Amino acid sequence: MSTAVFDRAETKSWRVPSWIGPIAVLAVAYGVMPFIGGAYIFEAILTPFLALSLAAVGLNLLTGYAGQLSLGSAAFMAVGAYAAYNFNLRIHELPLIFSIALGGLSASAIGIAFGLPSLRLRGFYLAVSTLAAQFFVQWALTKFGWFSNNNASGVIDAPPLSILGVSFDDPVGRYLFALTVVTVLTALSYRLVNTQTGHNFIAVRDNELAARVIGIPILKTKLLAFGISSFIIGVAGALWAFAYLRTVEPAGFNLDRSFEILFIIIIGGLASIRGAFFGAALIVVFPLILSRVGSLLLGGHFDSGVLDMSQRIVLGSLIIVFLIAEPDGLTALWDRLTKGFSRTSRQQPQ
Amino acid sequence: MLDFDYSFLAEVLVGGLLSGVMYSLVAIGFVLIYKTSGVLNFAQGAMLLFAALTFVSLVERGAPFALALLITFAIMVALGMAIERVVLRPLVNKPPITLFMATLGLSYVIEGAAQLAWGTQVHGLDLGIDDTPFEVAGILISKFDLFAAAVAATMVAFLTAFFRYTRIGLAFRAVADDQFAAFAVGLKLPRIWATVWAAAGAVALVAGLLWGARLGVQFSLSLVVLKALPVLVLGGFDSILGAIVAGLLIGATEKLAEVYIGPFFGGGIESWFAYLVALAFLLVRPAGLFGQKIVERA
Repeated sequence: MSTAVFDRAETKSWRVPSWIGPIAVLAVAYGVMPFIGGAYIFEAILTPFLALSLAAVGLNLLTGYAGQLSLGSAAFMAVGAYAAYNFNLRIHELPLIFSIALGGLSASAIGIAFGLPSLRLRGFYLAVSTLAAQFFVQWALTKFGWFSNNNASGVIDAPPLSILGVSFDDPVGRYLFALTVVTVLTALSYRLVNTQTGHNFIAVRDNELAARVIGIPILKTKLLAFGISSFIIGVAGALWAFAYLRTVEPAGFNLDRSFEILFIIIIGGLASIRGAFFGAALIVVFPLILSRVGSLLLGGHFDSGVLDMSQRIVLGSLIIVFLIAEPDGLTALWDRLTKGFSRTSRQQPQ
Repeated sequence: MLDFDYSFLAEVLVGGLLSGVMYSLVAIGFVLIYKTSGVLNFAQGAMLLFAALTFVSLVERGAPFALALLITFAIMVALGMAIERVVLRPLVNKPPITLFMATLGLSYVIEGAAQLAWGTQVHGLDLGIDDTPFEVAGILISKFDLFAAAVAATMVAFLTAFFRYTRIGLAFRAVADDQFAAFAVGLKLPRIWATVWAAAGAVALVAGLLWGARLGVQFSLSLVVLKALPVLVLGGFDSILGAIVAGLLIGATEKLAEVYIGPFFGGGIESWFAYLVALAFLLVRPAGLFGQKIVERA
């Protein structure tokens, strides 16, 4: 796994300060997108992209930074979504944002419960145990009607999105709502990985024995990783349900969704917050591109079945190619590209 | 439960044990590869689907049974060797988790390719063994299950003999024991890995045919991998004996739980119960039933 975690600006050469990038992206996301995008862009691309990015940031903390492979992300998303739904439904007058936070905390509790085996299990054995979470949560949500307010097939409908009386119930509003939540949690995650706790995650990942020797509390660190990661993934699940789909069923949070999030962090780059966004962008956009290109090249032969299969093939190949050729993912590609530019711009004045 | 029905219990138990054999069949394919190359091959389920789908499609296009079997066998061996060459060899010496994720991508590729090539409809597969139950000492046993058990037993016997008495089997054991030492004494690791992947392809063919006959050949066939994982965890990733014993254990407890505990939860618990059993057991013995003591250090 990657060890390149910090990218500090080189002191001597002229470089754009590192905070310019995120600020510019945010400025475009808040200041430009709402005015130029159509409803389709927000509903089909930007909002799911934001929700998936956040889930990937959460998983990256656990898998990329703390080195604990999890195959149960979709389960934690489901817990977040269904818990937020129930808090909102059953506690009257509770502001929506608190419901979502409580949903995240519920996911966190479930995450810690299923992370407990990590104290004795490592590697594959732990990955398999997170599968238990995946199947158990999906079963429980379908089986017990209480979670979905006694809907026969476990489907929940999102409550109206509003904060302090301001409604966010149009495509742009839902996008801005998701964007704000994602921005806050991403900033906190970015901060976290640069603190002692974040360094502890990395130490546990790279060499657990050495980490123990220098006095890092292994147990606490692992559970913290599970807790924080599940909280973020749970909030992402609530966004997925409330801001993107509006109507979700437990089957929407299946194993394929878990793999999708894992694929995002592999493609984007393990142990990189930015990587989650790169990867999610690719995962969201590439099926759309593939269907366009496919129908352009093959015409009528390119039906939804063929699309689905070729999507699987291309996605699987991408994973393998990235693991072999670029283990640090799109982030590394991006860095090399931009570094190349800045070097040429430095040389030009001479 | 005043008059407890013991013959029913026995029937459930036997049924569970026999379905456990089916889990073991899948698990053995994993163990072969894990033992010699340290890769947890998630694509085993996809290979199983690919084998069954290829076989069925050949038979449906008029190929005789034996010929279809032979062609599919050849394709599976080729596929196994191609996987080793294209995917695994560039990733030698990478962390086990990276290798696992590569096989996850691989399973997507194989599933997609299999269905793109042969279509997504459900095929029936008839191996000529009827799935009718017959009665032994008051217990109903499926003839098909017995056949599957016999096949599994033959395969295990064959693999055991192969590992113990042939030269390449000895090489396998050497590699499984210590890759670097095996390399140092001049064993050609890539060739051995290619052979192992070919063997895993063949095991996938056997398991694919039996599972395909049971469930019908369709996409969900690749999901049997999820049934095999708890078996692997319980038995230890590197023990064929463990795969068998754990398969039997999981099969039996799963069926018993489904019949005697399931109704209290409204049924459907088989999707996660095996995982629960495996996890509970692991907390007591982290290396599984027969696994090596040191599972993974970092």
